[in-house]
Amino acid sequence: MNQPVDNNDAAKKARNGRNVALALGLVAFVVLVFVVTLVRLGGNVAQPH
Amino acid sequence: MSKTLAMTPETAQTETAQPDTTKPDLTQAASWKDYFQLMKPRVMSLVVFTGLTGLLAARAPIHPVLGAIAVLCIAVGAGASGALNMWYDADIDQQMRRTRGRPVPAGKVKGEEAASLGVVLSILSVMFLGFAINWFAAALLAFTIVFYAVVYTMWLKRWTAQNIVIGGLAGALPPAIGWAAATGHAPLNAWLMVAIIFFWTPPHFWALSLYVTTDYAKAGVPMLPVVKGAKETRKQILLYSLLLIPICLSPVLTGLGGPIYLAVAALGGLVFLILAWRVFASKAGDAADPRVADRALYDVTEDEKAAGSKAARNLFAFSILYLFALFAALLGEAVANVRALELLK
Repeated sequence: MNQPVDNNDAAKKARNGRNVALALGLVAFVVLVFVVTLVRLGGNVAQPH
Repeated sequence: MSKTLAMTPETAQTETAQPDTTKPDLTQAASWKDYFQLMKPRVMSLVVFTGLTGLLAARAPIHPVLGAIAVLCIAVGAGASGALNMWYDADIDQQMRRTRGRPVPAGKVKGEEAASLGVVLSILSVMFLGFAINWFAAALLAFTIVFYAVVYTMWLKRWTAQNIVIGGLAGALPPAIGWAAATGHAPLNAWLMVAIIFFWTPPHFWALSLYVTTDYAKAGVPMLPVVKGAKETRKQILLYSLLLIPICLSPVLTGLGGPIYLAVAALGGLVFLILAWRVFASKAGDAADPRVADRALYDVTEDEKAAGSKAARNLFAFSILYLFALFAALLGEAVANVRALELLK
């Protein structure tokens, strides 16, 4: 087993940063999928049959 | 293939060594930036640039949002293959000054985390490119990732002195992916852009390897100067440079490059050849070459060593500028709608 880091605050701060980055990445992915859906469908769903 | 085949005994020992229980666990304090570093952001920026140039040089109508997503997918795919490379090559990276600060060898990120990140981002980038843009571009991206992470990293790099020649294909493909994203196909002009990067890679990397030879030898990577010697490397640099310049000029024959591109390719090509000749005529790499055992016989003075290293550094630096200028010219002409030359017609 490796030793835990001495500075727990640093580990906590780093973990928070990783969590925020992951959350932002997931939100960005959802937004991208939504925008692509709008762009891909946009010109087509309004077309009369 | 065994990972230790081409490695030195020291390297193999490092790989099988037990974890050091006295060292602090740095992974707990790893920031998101360490994970981002796994994706080789500098390589990603080059890939974004060449992929975007391919996308715009196709001169086909594409929704700006879809174009941006295509470039993002190419960048993430490149980053994913970078993460896989960092996972697999951690033992090599540990041995070299240039790379030992990377997150995995530095102990900030675990190898399996780097591998997981690489696999997840590979799947995400390919699937998203396929669903959002087209599956031909996605297939090219998947091929690029597999070629870099498996064919180059796991096989060629540790096996042959031609590693960066063949492996360079992975770094060369982004313009074709960009072109395929815009049009759904990849014609001759897209492959010309690929060929430019492909033939640019050997003189670029071999110029670098001439002045970091000892690091590659220590890590057991069979780079050309390590396997064939500095003199052969200098010759190969000149030969590839002679091949590169006509290929860089060919887009003006096929309707890809315009007058600005022609000027950049011709003038830059001339400088490139002069610098390649200077490397050929220098003693770059001889200082670290074990073949040059008898220093007195070869009479390599300290001044000549410095001059040789300088010639290699100059070519390395200019090669980056030349590739950037070529693609910037293509990009600029596409954006400004400058009419391409078609000297063959």
